[in-house]
Amino acid sequence: MLIRNKPSWHISHAEVTPEPVYLARRQFMAGTLATATALMLPASLLAEEKGLRSLSAAPNPDYSTAETKTPFSDVTRYNNFYEFGTGKGDPARYAHEMQVEPWFVSVEGECARPGRYNLADLINEAALEERVYRLRCVEAWSMVIPWVGVPLASLIEKFEPAPSARYVYFETLHDPAQMRGQRGRFSTIEWPYREGLRMDEAVHPLTFVAVGLYGRVLPNQNGAPLRLVVPWKYGFKSIKSIVRIRFQAERPKTTWEQMAPHEYGFYANVNPHVDHPRWSQRRERRLPSGLLSPNWMDTRLFNGYEAEVAHLYAGMNLAEHY
Amino acid sequence: MVPGYRVWWWSVFTLSLVPLAVLVARLLFGQLGPDPAEPITRATGLAALQWLLLTLAMTPLRKWTGRTEWMRLRRMLGLFAFFYACLHFVAYLHLIAGWQDLWGSFTRRPYIIAGLAAFLMLLPLALTSTRAAIKALGRRWRLLHRLIYPAAIAAWIHYLWQARADIGDMVLYGAVLGALLGVRLAGWAGAKMRIMTKV
Repeated sequence: MLIRNKPSWHISHAEVTPEPVYLARRQFMAGTLATATALMLPASLLAEEKGLRSLSAAPNPDYSTAETKTPFSDVTRYNNFYEFGTGKGDPARYAHEMQVEPWFVSVEGECARPGRYNLADLINEAALEERVYRLRCVEAWSMVIPWVGVPLASLIEKFEPAPSARYVYFETLHDPAQMRGQRGRFSTIEWPYREGLRMDEAVHPLTFVAVGLYGRVLPNQNGAPLRLVVPWKYGFKSIKSIVRIRFQAERPKTTWEQMAPHEYGFYANVNPHVDHPRWSQRRERRLPSGLLSPNWMDTRLFNGYEAEVAHLYAGMNLAEHY
Repeated sequence: MVPGYRVWWWSVFTLSLVPLAVLVARLLFGQLGPDPAEPITRATGLAALQWLLLTLAMTPLRKWTGRTEWMRLRRMLGLFAFFYACLHFVAYLHLIAGWQDLWGSFTRRPYIIAGLAAFLMLLPLALTSTRAAIKALGRRWRLLHRLIYPAAIAAWIHYLWQARADIGDMVLYGAVLGALLGVRLAGWAGAKMRIMTKV
């Protein structure tokens, strides 16, 4: 007969914390920590995230990358939207001060159907699709974002541009009362924010107009209610909160090109071989990046969309037309 | 010695650790955001510039208040400026530039050259901050430590050249630096004038 002499430190199995419970404690701690930090955020931001309307959109796998998506919280809290301040957290903090309903877009210039359009008349919600694109910021970081929207081409054809319209010009809302970044005294930006595309770039099937991300309408800080997404160009080309579209024959002056022409060009195609004068463009930090070791990856020509868009620039010297 | 001087010294020492503590706290609480490289590099660089300006403020404060205790804080503040500059230097190398192609990282971009120049000028100042070095160098110590002026100017230029759209902060720091250097220039000019009028 086996006699067990239990040592003094013995505890029965019934007393042992089951592993799921043990692990759940960690989750609880993390959750508590997250709640504690959430409490430190302005209530407006949280309310806004909760209140975002869902959109139904058919995934478009032909135009989507399978790469790991950047989490919603990072996509919506780490933004460059200087209309609300130059800090990365400023847009999430202050963009709720912008009124996005109702929203009108003025369509002007060389087209058959100019006018002031209501957003609802521009975007057919039944036609919405979801595309997961890489977004490469000129500052050498990048994200992977599931956008909801329509191809820009589908929008442009509504306005019936004239053959003379070789460029499309876009403008962001300019309203210092709603956009505190436009009230800055030492801002060197001449508002409103301006962008533009060559017509063949604008109607390229990859060029997208987003009204949502992650299956919900766009949070204000991401450029609500409608923004451009041009995935093979640096992020600043993807203009936010658009209020004006103009078809024109001459190339528009764009904001960053105007401010620092030796640093930012009109084309702004992602190109690892053409450095920004102040930093290298060879690599990028894919966000979320590691805490103490950055999540480096090599930057690809045209942000990895070379097969689709390289023909647009055939014969052009990309180092000259950066 | 004024009573409470030790309390002062330790208070300033503790306050000088605040930028680091804030950074560590943000790190621990996951509040650095998805791209920690940027806030870490920015915060350490800004602290280096701020402590450099604080260091430069000690001599004018001694003159205005007539109290010499300021001078005993000066070395500590200067060493903190160097401490944050070191953190900034390593953060830039490790988190932004990467350790490959070091020569390229430091020679290709003017704003980096300005930052590196500031750092290299602070290095001998930190190394000669010991009592023994002060004694050994004698008069030359004061001469050497005038390097803090070009170092501060280079640090500010390094900061200014990173501005992208809003130079408000750069203007503010520039005004403080200008005032601190201006006070000295006025002092020297005044001394020269007095000498000249005596002659």
